[in-house]
Amino acid sequence: MKRFLVATVALLFAQGAAAEDMRLAVTTSFDSSGLAEVLLPAIKADLDIDLRLLVVGTGQALKLGEAGDVDAVLVHSKAAEEAFVAAGHGTHRREIMYNDFVVIGPATDVAGIRDGSSAADALARIAAVQAPFVSRGDDSGTHKAELAIWTSAGLAADGFGPWYQSVGAGMGAALNTAAGLDAYIFADRASWLNFGNKGNLALLYSGDPALFNQYAFLPVNPAKNANIRNDLAMKLEDWLTSPRASDLINGYEINGEALFVFNAVAQ
Amino acid sequence: MGGNSWNSVAISIQKRNSDPTERTSEFGRWMIDIYEGLKAALWLVVSLDPELWDISLRSLRVTLTALVVASVIAIPLGTYLAVQRFRYRRFVISLINALMGLPPVVIGLLVYILLSRSGPFGVLNLLFTPTAMIIAQVIIITPVIASIAHQAMRELWAEYHDLLISLNTTKWQRIVTLIRDGRRNLLTAALAGFGRAIGEVGAIMIVGGNIDHVTRVLTTAIALETGKGDFALALGLGFVLIGIAIVVNLAIHTLSRTEREGRW
Amino acid sequence: MSAKFPLTLHQVLVRRQGKTVIGPLNLKLETDGVTIIVGPNGSGKTTLLRVMHGIERINGGTVSWAQDDPSKHAFVFQSPVVLRRSVAENLAYPLRLLKVPDAEVKAAVAQWLARIGLSGKAQTAATRLSGGERQKLAIARALIRKPDVLFLDEPCANLDGHATREIEAILKESATAGTRLVMATHDMGQARRLAQDLVFMLNGRIHESGKAEPIFVAPKTKELAAFLMGDIVV
Repeated sequence: MKRFLVATVALLFAQGAAAEDMRLAVTTSFDSSGLAEVLLPAIKADLDIDLRLLVVGTGQALKLGEAGDVDAVLVHSKAAEEAFVAAGHGTHRREIMYNDFVVIGPATDVAGIRDGSSAADALARIAAVQAPFVSRGDDSGTHKAELAIWTSAGLAADGFGPWYQSVGAGMGAALNTAAGLDAYIFADRASWLNFGNKGNLALLYSGDPALFNQYAFLPVNPAKNANIRNDLAMKLEDWLTSPRASDLINGYEINGEALFVFNAVAQ
Repeated sequence: MGGNSWNSVAISIQKRNSDPTERTSEFGRWMIDIYEGLKAALWLVVSLDPELWDISLRSLRVTLTALVVASVIAIPLGTYLAVQRFRYRRFVISLINALMGLPPVVIGLLVYILLSRSGPFGVLNLLFTPTAMIIAQVIIITPVIASIAHQAMRELWAEYHDLLISLNTTKWQRIVTLIRDGRRNLLTAALAGFGRAIGEVGAIMIVGGNIDHVTRVLTTAIALETGKGDFALALGLGFVLIGIAIVVNLAIHTLSRTEREGRW
Repeated sequence: MSAKFPLTLHQVLVRRQGKTVIGPLNLKLETDGVTIIVGPNGSGKTTLLRVMHGIERINGGTVSWAQDDPSKHAFVFQSPVVLRRSVAENLAYPLRLLKVPDAEVKAAVAQWLARIGLSGKAQTAATRLSGGERQKLAIARALIRKPDVLFLDEPCANLDGHATREIEAILKESATAGTRLVMATHDMGQARRLAQDLVFMLNGRIHESGKAEPIFVAPKTKELAAFLMGDIVV
């Protein structure tokens, strides 16, 4: 009995050896897509870097970068990213890949957005019938993109009635809520394809260029503190913009559908 | 979440969920979810899934360490508050009871701010490590253990008061005697702290970052899988967590033989 | 031992919640013997004992021993207090507090277990003993440190005849061995059996005191006379 306990304690507290650790804050949308599971092993093999992903909302990711608690940030909110760099928190912004946003809703499509002429039109139709709609509401890249579409349709989201539900959560959690409420929701294609609880929901509208969703890599300014591994961030950036990454990213599919399009340019 | 066996469970659930016409009636759906959860739990355990091992061991490591540290602080504190009269004693006791109700996620935020590299203790580089999670959990469960310990010790002290004073014991001797004779109730206090910690998710998510293979534990993994919509896997992990909690409780009770009659 | 005595209480006053519980009170206890304190309920016997033992705060006057060593008194409470441990460990407890070596502890415990007739229950939980057994345990635990003085607060109040007899036997033995006994009781028979000195308390004051024999035969005050007759005295 005693030996069993000693062995258990030893097992519990055994520590692995530490390799080159790099911390990258990424958005929940990126994580939900499942692309990380393809990239991380390749990064480990090619660069011998243990990439530690902190999966948080865009707002929190940028905050972590601002505090210097991570070495780089990968998000999809251009305006916020540019502000981040302008404020000196990041050294620069490097575009890596894009996917697109889609509008999801109940298969019965009460608002008839399948026939929408544009993203703005689709959302306007939802507002017109006041169909239930779930919004990320968390200041994330997806949320900001959604708000931009409302604006382009001439509508202000903060004036909406109770049919518009702002949940303040990540993509997966928001999709769960939409599935539970049979509501419309603005999501990124990758998260939708990888989502496991679709219920009555279906992909109703996509294809408008306004739904373009650009992901960018921002190394955190190493001047913040001595622990920031800017060297590793640079290595990772080179890798993420290389032909190798291009192959992996373009080749990543779910059910035969490609999710991301690599669009990094050489520098 | 990486690893093959997670995906095999997840994909099988996905296939079932992605076609709406295959959905069973509302009544059956929740039963199937729970059944799938139990199945997932069983499969993960029986197949000795390495991911499960990894996060379960980490859960235990973080919570048990936090439990030991918190008990070392809370039990003497609770006992001392029972035996020593001092000016602000009642206030301190009320404060500790109130601290029990602090939302853990708030404590997580505070610890994050303190441990952040831009914070006062940033130089220690503790953020996003299991140690940060242990620190947060110690702060969360110490009031719980101290409060219950204090209650138990207060009752015992009322019983022993006259005798121990009559025997001219020192303050320290009284504390030791109370702790020794009240160990059964102190164990209950400790296990209450354990329960609080093993199921905690808000604080350790913030200070740990839920980093795969580094700071991911059962509760944060459950949150992750729930967020992805993989309820069966999340439930499965949940059942494993419940199982672990029960096993630990039973083990501690057996080891301390507190239920044996007549013998101490 | 004799250097500890006499114990002198001078103008001792104890007030609780605005009322005088005992006092002003003067008493002098000499070296030898068995002092029994009697009096109706509420007369302050318990408080007086606790004051003498030093576990009750006084509001006036002085309590002075010739040479005080508090570890040399012991107290037995009316409701026996036992530790939640085995009988043997209860007995050992006071000795362990004094860091007595293990072998001595074992010997003393075995000896006292035999004297109180609980050798067979050495490992039983003390909380499972009967009232009489608990009180015997409490007395043994008090005497195991060989105190100079043993204070007892109506130790047989809740016990049956058997237990009372056994306890009185133990007390007589220890008195003969040299322990000074100071005991409160409302059992006049017990007082007659054991007392060498008598203190009669009424309403918080010492009404009469002196050698037991003469007082029993010829009490000086009418209240004591009435009390000895079994009347209710207020």
